[in-house]
Amino acid sequence: MNSSPLTLWEQAQSQGVSRRDFIRYCSWLAAAAGVEASAIGQVVHAMENKPRIPVLWLHFQECTCCSESFIRSSHPVVSDIVLDKISLDYSETLMAAAGFQAEKSLHDTMKKYKGEYLMCVEGSIPTGEDGAYCCIGGKSAVDIVKEVAADAKAIIAWGNCATHGCVQAAKPNPTTATPVHKIISGKPIINVPGCPPIAEVMAGTIVHLLAFDRIPQLDSLGRPKAFYSRRIHDTCYRRPNYDAGLFVESFDDENARKGYCLYKMGCRGPVTYNACAVTKWNGGTSYPIQSGHGCIGCSEKDFWDNGPFYQHLASFPGFGIETTADNIGVAVGVATAVGITAHAVSTNLRKGKQIKAEIASSEEKEVSSNKRGA
Amino acid sequence: MENTLIQRVYVWQLPVRLYHWVNALALFLLACTGYLIGHPFAIQSGTEAYDNYWFGTVRFIHFVSAFFFFFNFLGRIYWGFVGNKYARWENFIPTKKAQFEEIKDVLKVDVLQSSVKPLESIGHNSLAGVSYFLSFLAFLFQCVTGFGMYSAMSTSMLPKMFAWIVPMMGGDFAVRQWHHVMMWFFVIFSMIHVYLVFYHDYVEGRGIISSMAGGWKFIEKDHHKK
Repeated sequence: MNSSPLTLWEQAQSQGVSRRDFIRYCSWLAAAAGVEASAIGQVVHAMENKPRIPVLWLHFQECTCCSESFIRSSHPVVSDIVLDKISLDYSETLMAAAGFQAEKSLHDTMKKYKGEYLMCVEGSIPTGEDGAYCCIGGKSAVDIVKEVAADAKAIIAWGNCATHGCVQAAKPNPTTATPVHKIISGKPIINVPGCPPIAEVMAGTIVHLLAFDRIPQLDSLGRPKAFYSRRIHDTCYRRPNYDAGLFVESFDDENARKGYCLYKMGCRGPVTYNACAVTKWNGGTSYPIQSGHGCIGCSEKDFWDNGPFYQHLASFPGFGIETTADNIGVAVGVATAVGITAHAVSTNLRKGKQIKAEIASSEEKEVSSNKRGA
Repeated sequence: MENTLIQRVYVWQLPVRLYHWVNALALFLLACTGYLIGHPFAIQSGTEAYDNYWFGTVRFIHFVSAFFFFFNFLGRIYWGFVGNKYARWENFIPTKKAQFEEIKDVLKVDVLQSSVKPLESIGHNSLAGVSYFLSFLAFLFQCVTGFGMYSAMSTSMLPKMFAWIVPMMGGDFAVRQWHHVMMWFFVIFSMIHVYLVFYHDYVEGRGIISSMAGGWKFIEKDHHKK
């Protein structure tokens, strides 16, 4: 490792990148980070002067789909350059080192770049049974997270696992899978949910840190506003069908062929905040709804527990999988109607005599007053 | 002819009656459109989106009704502090011993019908008051969750004030689910409410149904002596 790390521009030059390509790359970075065109100069300046950010990329309870997504970013820049340019000093999936070497590399970086390194977390952290469900190098995930986070400059929580717990945290959450923000406090944490997050969103988040040396604007859930401020539904190209009341009724009907809205097929677009409908996947090729399948809401908290995926309303807890709030509402409504009828019958039985007596006495008075009047 | 046994009592002031009917209409529209939003009918197919907007209209009616509902509700809360004794907030939140006694009595006389003695209240009876208070809590819940969901597509201040509920409940899905579940509270409430009004009119003969139109109830003159 160099004593004074190379800047990104120096690094690029050493790899034979031309100035033109470098500027092009910076413009792309600026676009990916969601900043305006006037800020491209700032990005170029940062790339020319900033040393690479050391990154420690930790994996816990996860499937590595975040890493897989990241390295498949559409623009070669991301895999070739961003991954090269950030100095990925530790990543179970991508590093060359193994075993003790790898652990040494982790600790070297933590020591050398104390307070400067970026910590990326992929996966949830099991806290049950003293963290015994996930141990790496003889240490529990909880201990590793706390240790590495202590001297990190900022933390990025990749994917639904690290931000909400994802499938591991689905009921009954046997390992007490916990997202990063519930374990670490006092550090800037960027939540990038999704299962996985879109590659360009991940790249954009890193790029923002890289170029501006500060975390992007976050919403109340700690998500970068540039990518998570709008619902898939509100950016969906099928949205006009929703407003027109044109819905797919079953996956093989004519409406499905016509590309109507998948709302009634349980699409989670209306309740999911993500950039899928804008950025799309695989280099802007498509996204689930475009491919004819509803959104499953993979960037939302507890999306596994809000099933079934093909039903607009969740099944009501404790009443079997097909029972929705409406089934129960109708049942309670019928019960109420029966109760009302029973009460009406009872009223006539219990109070009929009284009511009849009152009517009779009223008629009597009427008759007597009429007589008096006459 | 002078009636010697019955006196007219002006119970429901105009703002209370107005509130009641605006609320009833808004709730009816909200429940119907809300149900439709949850279960849109397959009334059209084979057409293009640019020819239609019925679902957008349904949602529009829902949102407009919601604003009426909300401000109407606020107005009623205000009237709970400045209105007459039948309109005041004390009717809805029992604090006095007499009110708890009356709840027990109403349960015995009207609900379980184990006793047939006549009841005292001229305005809301205490049990009805409590049930209306519960419905106010349901109103509040619907307003908060509804505006919370609405806030994502709005830039205006009012819905934004309720945006906090979404992360608190764990996302839009959960908010939508509970907003939908609570609709059934209003359906059930309306069924029981309408039935009980007919019941009281039938049993007590004080003109309770028409009281919400004109404001007057007809109370026995010796009422307070009992």
